[in-house]
Amino acid sequence: MADNVLLEVRNLSTDFVMKRGTVHAVIDMSFTVHEGEILAIVGESGSGKSVASLSVMGLLQPPGRVVSGEILYKGRNLLKLSRGEMRDIRGNHISMIFQEPMTSLNPVYTIENQLVESVQTHMKLDKKAAAARAVDMLRLVGIPSPEKRIKDYPHQMSGGMRQRVMTAMALSCDPDLLIADEPTTALDVTIQAQILALINELRGKIGMAVLLITHDLGVVAETADRVVVMYCGQVVEEATALQLFERPLHPYTLGLLRSIPTMEDSDADEPLYMIRGMVPNPLNMPKGCAFFDRCDRRMERCRTEMPPLYAAAGRRLRCFLFDPDRTGAAS
Amino acid sequence: MTEPLIQLKHLSKFFPVDTDLLGRTTSLLKAVDDLTLDIFPGEAFGLVGESGCGKTTVGKMMVNLYQPTSGEIWFEGQDLAKLSTRARRGRCCDIQLIFQDPYASLNPRMTVGDIISEPIRINHLVRRDQIADRVGYLLNAVGLSANYRNRFPHEFSGGQRQRVGIARALAMQPKLIVCDEPVSALDVSIQAQVLNLLSDLREEFGLTYLFIAHGLNVVKHISDRVGVMYLGRLVEVASKRELYRNPLHPYTKALLSAIPVTNPEQRTKRILLEGDVLSPIDPPPGCRFAGRCYAKAGCTGCACESEMPELVEVSPGHFLSCYLFDEGRRVLAGEVS
Amino acid sequence: MGSQDDFSSGPLREQPSENFIADEAMALGETLPDSGGDLPEIDETFHEKPENQWLEMWRALIANRAAMVSLFFIAFLALIAIFGPLITPYNPIETNMANALRGPSAAHWFGTDQLGMDIFSRVIAGTRISLTVGLLAVSIALTTGVVLGSIAGYVGGWVDTVIMRVMDMMLAVPSILLAITLMAALGKGIDKAVIAIGLVSIPEYARIVRGSILSIKENDYIAAARVVGNSDFRIIFRHVLPNALSVIIVRGTLGISSAVLDTAALGFLGMGVQPPQAEWGDMLGRARGFIFQAPWTLLFPGMAITSTVLAFNLLGDGLRDALDPKSRIK
Repeated sequence: MADNVLLEVRNLSTDFVMKRGTVHAVIDMSFTVHEGEILAIVGESGSGKSVASLSVMGLLQPPGRVVSGEILYKGRNLLKLSRGEMRDIRGNHISMIFQEPMTSLNPVYTIENQLVESVQTHMKLDKKAAAARAVDMLRLVGIPSPEKRIKDYPHQMSGGMRQRVMTAMALSCDPDLLIADEPTTALDVTIQAQILALINELRGKIGMAVLLITHDLGVVAETADRVVVMYCGQVVEEATALQLFERPLHPYTLGLLRSIPTMEDSDADEPLYMIRGMVPNPLNMPKGCAFFDRCDRRMERCRTEMPPLYAAAGRRLRCFLFDPDRTGAAS
Repeated sequence: MTEPLIQLKHLSKFFPVDTDLLGRTTSLLKAVDDLTLDIFPGEAFGLVGESGCGKTTVGKMMVNLYQPTSGEIWFEGQDLAKLSTRARRGRCCDIQLIFQDPYASLNPRMTVGDIISEPIRINHLVRRDQIADRVGYLLNAVGLSANYRNRFPHEFSGGQRQRVGIARALAMQPKLIVCDEPVSALDVSIQAQVLNLLSDLREEFGLTYLFIAHGLNVVKHISDRVGVMYLGRLVEVASKRELYRNPLHPYTKALLSAIPVTNPEQRTKRILLEGDVLSPIDPPPGCRFAGRCYAKAGCTGCACESEMPELVEVSPGHFLSCYLFDEGRRVLAGEVS
Repeated sequence: MGSQDDFSSGPLREQPSENFIADEAMALGETLPDSGGDLPEIDETFHEKPENQWLEMWRALIANRAAMVSLFFIAFLALIAIFGPLITPYNPIETNMANALRGPSAAHWFGTDQLGMDIFSRVIAGTRISLTVGLLAVSIALTTGVVLGSIAGYVGGWVDTVIMRVMDMMLAVPSILLAITLMAALGKGIDKAVIAIGLVSIPEYARIVRGSILSIKENDYIAAARVVGNSDFRIIFRHVLPNALSVIIVRGTLGISSAVLDTAALGFLGMGVQPPQAEWGDMLGRARGFIFQAPWTLLFPGMAITSTVLAFNLLGDGLRDALDPKSRIK
């Protein structure tokens, strides 16, 4: 993992202003992605993870708006770029793949058409060179007989294949950073394993960095170097993958990991651990910590005060349990 | 030796895909092909497979949403597949279904109370003046307040809606409930709640489940026995312990290996299957998995590709449909004799 | 207490061993008394008070000014239609040749036509006819169309094919021509006009309802209704149609404006009411010869038709917007 910072997001806040009220989808979020590393953003629905990735790519639609913060890509603030400059960044430098490959590919054009168009737009190659590159990309993502498959239409391919084609399109212009928004959620388990192996392999082969957005902690454990856990729009824990899975510290992360039915559980038929309660209504967020109602280790102050992000135990944690004044660190 | 509650015998469901000018079928989608399965009272049977394997179709045939193309469904001495529409509807109380999508399975124009009381009302299960009490009882049983009976589905979260769906399934006091991927559309932290609820209800009401899922990890917690399906066929059936400890079919092994492990230090080499799942339209003869099977190394032109292996009991309670594990030769999949 | 560190650069400050921190933290956290119970409690504050979706629709409609104006206008027309005979200053069919073709004046607000009949009274009388025919014709077309469309959509197969091909055949001919042909067969008279216009309008309702049903049928809640033992009949009327209701209401409203126009067209051609009955289209027809001499004979009935049709159209549009959940951001 190189130390060069590729993407740095500082204090990003995104709101959705609607008639019923304002939803703070992302609140004061900061994270960095280094060259060649895989950073996973994990959260359930309503956590703000997808909104964060859309904000980075400049793909946010009204009523969503970035209200504050900076998104620095190699030093340039993406929020301040013109539309043309942003278009240049997209595809050439930062690329994105989405959850539903069926709706992301145009059903009336062949794969070749769409890939070549993508390559030509961003790399200024002539048609022949672009077509050759397209076939190379398909081979890179592991599609058998790419010269033949390239003439297919999207509906002639299975979900796993389409996701590979999407990945090929995203990679066709050599981006430094790939944002993958729930790339395997719609796929079968065995296909998911293939795609994850592909992502890992690509990282090795072309040194690409990946910002992986998912709700599946298993996927995170398979691929990520570092992890950011989100809850109700805020970062609640940030750690390396090893740290996080070996010893999750934030009560939400802890609860989440414990409630997943995994293969390692003992044979005894105990009930699954479950986090009680539900995610609070985004239009009616409580004062204090957003996780208060559901937390097993809450304290009185959690009810009224919002904990900031503390640096503790080699990671960042949004929880009063890790307030350095309490834990007596570095005394 | 207890009697099975329900027996599926050589059950098949084919859908015509293409017809020629004369109306004869030229292309057939074999969603379920010659499936035989017994489910015993009080057990939870997990049925697992990926998309296109036919597991949902099996569940739907059990609740009469699809008519079997051939085969029998024996329940309490009657072959449900042969009953008239009216007679079949009369038996609907005994087998119920919980749907996968909590956002589509509740009528948006009906209150939650109406949704739950409808089965009771139209089947005249309880006296009119007792219906309200029963609805309240059911809501409480699934962890919802009885005061919510007048609310509409869109006022609830996904997990709560799924609870309403469960209450509806319970309303008729069925003997068997088909759970069609009941947690796959829910957030992770809610999945555990609903899975625990289903377990508790099974004990409390003495229910039998057919639990359909696409992942072996989900099914592990709630099932007693597990069956794995691939392209319309059952390839392996065993008790939970036996299947997870000693999987025999190459597909089962690949499925187990594909489940992401929440321990980054264990990023082991997993079994990666080549290619994609074939389509169930006009499948080739022989074992459906033969095209992707990694375990028949060096074995070309073998029986796998020409003849469908039968589901055989290879050890007590453990059934397998694979030539590589042959009673006579005892050659395990992956090893070569 | 609780200052936010700057995490964008520089190493984190020196920490004791990770495990020590974690252990200390876990030891310090005190658990507040639990609310108890294994099953999660329902958060009462999550959702607002139970809301009626008709109420929500009503609120959205009120916000649409054009629709509200139209609604008031239609209510006004309805009053006129009901109380018509009581408020006409003159008998609408009483002729008075001496007063023929007088322009609008204090005595005759809308002037008189070539037979000396008071146009104002005739316009008022015509309101009742136009609205009645409109409503009746739409009722016939709607009920028949809904039944046919429901059967076609729900049952499918050859039943669907037969019904829809018949509808297609009807749609192939312009509706007014078809209406005229029917009238030729049925004979003249306003009651025959109701039947003709009603029949001619059936296909479009059948199509719309069938389309609606085809998409509703796919939903899991319909399958659920079947699983709990509903008969097909109950499913159509209790589950499918109520969800198609909004589409039907919108189309029905817009259909009334078409029916009013069709009535006027038939009347213009002399196939509707019989003279000297007052009907807007018929009045227009009679005014043909006097356009330049006495424009008021054309103007007032014409305005009546136009404003009525416009009002129903705007109301229908407003209803469609109010009932379409996608147009409101949830």
